Amino acid sequence: MKVDKRTLLEMYRRMVRIRKFEETAIDLFKRGMIKGAVHPYIGQEASAVGVCMALRNDDLIGGTHRSHGHMLAKGSDPKVIMAEVKGKVTGCSKGRGGSMHVADFSVGSLGALAIVGAGIPITVGAGLGFKMQGKDSVAVTFFGDGACNTGNFHESLNMASIWDVPVIFVLENNRYAVSTHIEYATKIKDLSIRANSYGIPGVRVDGNDVLAVHEAALEAVARARHGEGPTLLVNDTYRITGHYAGEPQVYRERSEVDEWRKKDPIKRFREYLVEEGKASQEELDAIDAEIEAEIEEAVNFALESPEPDPSTAMDYIYA
Amino acid sequence: MVKRDATSLGAVAPVLPSDLIVQVPEGTPAKEMSYQEAIREALREEMVRDERVFLLGEDIGKHGGAFGVTRTLWDQFGSERVRNTPISENTIVGTATGAALVGMRPVAELMFIDFSGLALDQVANQAAKLRFMTGGQAKIPWVVRMPQGGGAGKSTAAQHSQSLEVWYAHIPGLKVVFPSTPYDAKGLLKAAIRDDNPVVFLEHKFLYSFRGLVPEEEYVLPLSKCDIKRKGEDVTVIASGYMVWHTMQAASMLADEGIDVEVVDTCTLSPLDEETIGESARKTGRVVLVAEACRSYGPTGEWAMVVMEQAFDYLQAPIVRVTGRHSPIPYADSLENGVWPDVNDVVDAVRRVME
Repeated sequence: MKVDKRTLLEMYRRMVRIRKFEETAIDLFKRGMIKGAVHPYIGQEASAVGVCMALRNDDLIGGTHRSHGHMLAKGSDPKVIMAEVKGKVTGCSKGRGGSMHVADFSVGSLGALAIVGAGIPITVGAGLGFKMQGKDSVAVTFFGDGACNTGNFHESLNMASIWDVPVIFVLENNRYAVSTHIEYATKIKDLSIRANSYGIPGVRVDGNDVLAVHEAALEAVARARHGEGPTLLVNDTYRITGHYAGEPQVYRERSEVDEWRKKDPIKRFREYLVEEGKASQEELDAIDAEIEAEIEEAVNFALESPEPDPSTAMDYIYA
Repeated sequence: MVKRDATSLGAVAPVLPSDLIVQVPEGTPAKEMSYQEAIREALREEMVRDERVFLLGEDIGKHGGAFGVTRTLWDQFGSERVRNTPISENTIVGTATGAALVGMRPVAELMFIDFSGLALDQVANQAAKLRFMTGGQAKIPWVVRMPQGGGAGKSTAAQHSQSLEVWYAHIPGLKVVFPSTPYDAKGLLKAAIRDDNPVVFLEHKFLYSFRGLVPEEEYVLPLSKCDIKRKGEDVTVIASGYMVWHTMQAASMLADEGIDVEVVDTCTLSPLDEETIGESARKTGRVVLVAEACRSYGPTGEWAMVVMEQAFDYLQAPIVRVTGRHSPIPYADSLENGVWPDVNDVVDAVRRVME
């Protein structure tokens, strides 16, 4: 697969943006400057970016409680996500949603949802809508290994299969559903074979290899766009942080996490780009610095923005 | 005298006087049709009018739906717009939500409200709240239609007979509509389909065979407006669904005793038209509430507080309520009889409040 330099650098940029955003969010949370909970996407950047960069702006993505990464990968401005996470009226959801209900319809992100698996049927519906409207837009639903045992998942794959809905089911297997390992929660070893139960293609890739993800995503998107229906794409990755920022991770060994840190998708991609002569260290350092400044700007924007006016508390309940 | 009707799953529909509920002014060109037909006409007209409207649900295609509501619609509109689904209540609703988000106007059918627990997350946590959670970005113009309720001789027992409107009326972001007549059913369903919010449209399954006049000319009724089915001066009786029929019959009997009953049909349960309820309660000073749902935490609790807030200083007597027995619905006739209120319970309650 030939990917041009512009695209490669943009992939790198988006992965770094996600990483920097999440590290900053964790830091703010630990300092008590973000309330509630933050579910960081650290270590999974290649999955979101590899997939989203195979999509057009008119394609839609549905998310999970861990969706800052998905939205940034789809093209959201970090300012509006940061402001939302801080509960400001300038946030993408006008402060009404917070971290678990960030959404940005302007870039085709239906948003984060807190009920595990709930976004899956909704995204199928969006794909069905596109098909009925005669559009060739596609819908992509991100979810984790935890969600692949929910009724939401099974019913949705079935419904999408019988109607050839243009939807891509992206299962980000980060191994853990809070504290429960996927090898305990499922008997099968290769989650992609679940696609066989529904008569749709199932593909399993190294989710920490952004180009492998991208290639598989392009194929699945092409299938959907040409009326060939859904695909289950399993991206094998790893959740570097706890389920939420600040979680005491009693359920796994530090050494396991450290092993996976060595396989960091961003570090891997960086090494690939330099070794293959696609980019220089200086170019990549420049992107790092650019993102650093961008995220700092996002934090300042969030801090300086006002909270929603209490007199508007009843807005947006009904259309 | 009873009439057996194939549309009501073996139930027996009492033949009530045809002038019990009159909603179409004399001389208006109108056709007599059943509640079931009226709902079908609303669906048909809205599907012709707006190509974004489509139906999904179990057995709604060629079979025409468990209660025959969608009969002939698949023949007319085909599989694209009348979509039979597998048994997947949760995903029927979730798919409807997603389709609505991208601009379609789906009308989903769940076979019985008793099955809707399987879809509760998609209704109450997702569709109801997406607009709010996203700060107004999402718009979900769907309708989920569900039969509810029981009726004399239906015998479908505990998991096919419930009245669960309060599950949905309690959720901000949803609208809940519950028509009592063919005229109301058609006009309110058209309004629900045209509304840009998620609307739960409840159909009393025993009412499917009840007949009434429906105007030939197109009409749409407003949501969130009670309908005064009978004007009166002495006592306000608030009711919904099939209970409106018992109430109207009771009013007719009570008129002979010189008691003039005002019958307020809620029509939309949520958002509730508190103004009309208040006006009527302040006028009469005596209020009876009639709901089929089982007693505790049922709709009458909410209506009673609305009356208190709107009309306490005008009340001449404590509010009286008539409700279903607080029990799962049994199968045996001897136990099912009396689980729901009937005309005599309403008459007794009115006499009590008039003392």
